[in-house]
Amino acid sequence: MNEKLEKTNGQFNMAGFLSFINKWGTVIAIFLLVLFFTLAMPSFSSPSNLLTILRSISIVTVIAIGLTISLTVNGLDLSIGSTATFTDSLVVSMFVWYSMSTVTSIVAAVAIALIVGAVNAFLIVKVKIPDLLATLSTMFIFEGVAMTYTGGGSISEGMPRLDGTPTEGVLPPTFDFIGKAPYIIIIMLLVVAVVHIFLNHTKHGRYLYVVGGNIEAARLSGIAVDRYRTFAYILSAFFAALGGIMLASRIGSAQINAGAGYLMPAVAAAFIGLSFGGKGKPNAIGTFVGAVLVGVLENGLVMMSVPYYSLNIVKGAVLALALASTYYYKKN
Amino acid sequence: MGQQKRTKLEMKNISIEFPGVKALSNVDFEVESGRIHALVGANGAGKSTLMKVLSGAYDHYTGSIFINDKEVNIRTPRDAKELGIDIVYQEVDVALIPYLDVAENIMLDILVNKMKGKQFVNWREVHASARRVLDRLGIKLDTRKLAQDLTLAEKQMVLIARAIAEERRFLILDEPTAPLSNKETKELFRIVRDLAYNQDVGVIFISHRLPELFEICEDITVMKDGQLVTRRKMEGLDGKQIVELMLGKKMDEEYLKHNVEIGETIFEVKNLSEKDDAVKDINIHVRSGEIIGIAGLVGAGKTELCKTIFGALPIKSGKIKLHNNLLNIKNPHIAVQQGLALVPEERRKEGVLVEEPVYSNLSAASLSNFTGSLSFLKPHKERVAAVKMIGDLGIKTPNENQKVAFLSGGNQQKVAVGKWLMADAEIYIFDEPTKGVDVGAKSDIFDLIGHLAGLGKGSIYASSELSEILAITDRIYVMYDGEIVKELLTSETNEEEILYYSTGGN
Ligand SMILES: Nc1ncnc2c1ncn2[C@@H]1O[C@H](COP(=O)(O)OP(=O)(O)OP(=O)(O)O)[C@@H](O)[C@H]1O
Ligand SMILES: [Mg+2]
Repeated sequence: MNEKLEKTNGQFNMAGFLSFINKWGTVIAIFLLVLFFTLAMPSFSSPSNLLTILRSISIVTVIAIGLTISLTVNGLDLSIGSTATFTDSLVVSMFVWYSMSTVTSIVAAVAIALIVGAVNAFLIVKVKIPDLLATLSTMFIFEGVAMTYTGGGSISEGMPRLDGTPTEGVLPPTFDFIGKAPYIIIIMLLVVAVVHIFLNHTKHGRYLYVVGGNIEAARLSGIAVDRYRTFAYILSAFFAALGGIMLASRIGSAQINAGAGYLMPAVAAAFIGLSFGGKGKPNAIGTFVGAVLVGVLENGLVMMSVPYYSLNIVKGAVLALALASTYYYKKN
Repeated sequence: MGQQKRTKLEMKNISIEFPGVKALSNVDFEVESGRIHALVGANGAGKSTLMKVLSGAYDHYTGSIFINDKEVNIRTPRDAKELGIDIVYQEVDVALIPYLDVAENIMLDILVNKMKGKQFVNWREVHASARRVLDRLGIKLDTRKLAQDLTLAEKQMVLIARAIAEERRFLILDEPTAPLSNKETKELFRIVRDLAYNQDVGVIFISHRLPELFEICEDITVMKDGQLVTRRKMEGLDGKQIVELMLGKKMDEEYLKHNVEIGETIFEVKNLSEKDDAVKDINIHVRSGEIIGIAGLVGAGKTELCKTIFGALPIKSGKIKLHNNLLNIKNPHIAVQQGLALVPEERRKEGVLVEEPVYSNLSAASLSNFTGSLSFLKPHKERVAAVKMIGDLGIKTPNENQKVAFLSGGNQQKVAVGKWLMADAEIYIFDEPTKGVDVGAKSDIFDLIGHLAGLGKGSIYASSELSEILAITDRIYVMYDGEIVKELLTSETNEEEILYYSTGGN
């Protein structure tokens, strides 16, 4: 409907142009980057490389989707990286140390990881600690919990338990599939689609946005505000845990702080996604597009042999630019 | 006082557009210092926008502004302030800083703009100055109280205090009386007269309460649909004519109450007290089809009563019964499930989601009516209902997708009311629902409340506007100091009697 307004209104070309850039800036940026990298290195847009990019962003996207849900209620969950690490350790230990079955391990690991969400919700909703501080604390707590659980080291096939008992458990082949293309990509796309539908087409999704928009108005509208905030943090932990499972399958072991590196790209993806399509609020597809932008950039730069230690400069700068397009426009 | 040279302020050919909305087209406006000028028009006519232009809130308008025939450039609030023009905004909570105290809020301009080279603040002096300003307004208010803890009326008074803290040539008051009752309004008018007649300030006064205009204004400008309708002396005009100029059609000033059969008692409140005794020992009942009024001055506890019944404030003791079932209302969520609805007083803070479109605001309290299996939304049904409510209440918006932030104040209020009129409740509680709403829309709201009564619903209508209470209720409870001091039959009472009891007489 907004497009219609702009078209009928000839005088608003400049404003229309700005708002077009704001809405589709991320998509345009992706397009230009792909064009640039392809010109520089034709192999960049080969199907196999594009698949590589999608595979490389799968875990980030799933974790970022959880973050997106916490953003809908106007919160910010910083503990997602730790939750992913924790789940990674849990699930690998169940396979390697206890030789449990695939389904049991995954379900149990995710269920235990939901504790992080519950603790976050308790601290934020009941104790009323600001979200950023509460999840900063739990980020450290569960990073520590994961490390304590693994005895400060990694777990992989053939390694003995902490008490020295030898182990025979292996990661089952079915589990390996989760981290491989195309399955990992399919999981990501499914998560994005389901959460998109949930947020936009169900009552509960709408309530999450209402709570995030004006908590007092939501409360007086009869919405069970505390319940929905709790729900958001649990969902956030759930998707972080799912990301942790994918991570475990991908690297085939439990590593110290394996999930920590996903926090910043996830935050970047979710915030870049805010402006997608002119929504101006957290949304699943925007987050996915944000993750694609980050992924394309990283892949292209690596192919152009930019040293890994300099990548962050470019990634940070792109994040700043994307955020600028969101917020600078908002200011007007 | 002697005949000094008056300052003349003119706006010529002012136009401004927002995406999809031409808010002002070629408006001319003129005021003189030392006079009180009424600016009226229906909701969304462009009053606030015109005054925002004058006070430097927008820089993308076209047209020119002159002071004493000399063109001036106003593009920022600072430009306006330097020319001696200040405004009290319609949306009070936007203009106050919630976590600063009363004194800091009142002295904000001085703290921000007049510090010159000084680096340290003399807090004692700030509080003393704030106190002096409040005394001028005759307000007793602790200057150390935080703005976020004030009632709406108090917030309004703090904003007025801020505007008069410094000397001004022109002062714009955008619906300053909307949250005030007669008593505070009288006090404000005393100040306004003093500013105009003794200090030669030009006052521009926006209000939807016509009697007020006759009380203090000498000149009047009427706007409609972003255009100037007329500018003239107040003399010789009557209320009917003003309404006709505003709405472009004739309208009866008197509202005709619906004729509704009143049935059995359906809702009962017994010995209800709020946790901190904001309201004490409340006993009221509502019959089916009945509209009861809650009258009282600002601060009498009307809002607190509404919120306590609705579970938005904690209950200390007492019983609430609906259809003879005891309700245990611990929070608004339960209240709504049990069949209560509350239109809260502070629309921006409590009623609307300003960043969301009109349609999803309207459906926010009745979303379950628009969902199918698995809680999936039925967007078409939702929009149809929203569009109907937009029509019923005459909400002025380009379409149902417009963000509420972009609606005029009165139209935001209509959204806040419409949201609950769409919900299915047994008992509707209205807390000052017509605040900032124009006369035409007011009678639309009354009609919808009357319609609910016709369906056998009960309504509780709290307002400091006695004329409204007298127009639409069947029975009135008068509050004073957190208690109900009198029950009156609307058909057998009048303003004087209600006022008598609401000021503590018995
Ligand atoms: N920032 C904005 N973006 C889009 N439309 C706007 C914006 N500000 C105002 N408008 C529109 O301009 C018109 C005039 O609004 P304005 O606030 O001046 O009305 P008003 O006369 O003050 O009404 P009220 O009595 O309800 O306060 C309205 O239709 C409103 O929706
Ligand atoms: Mg206005």
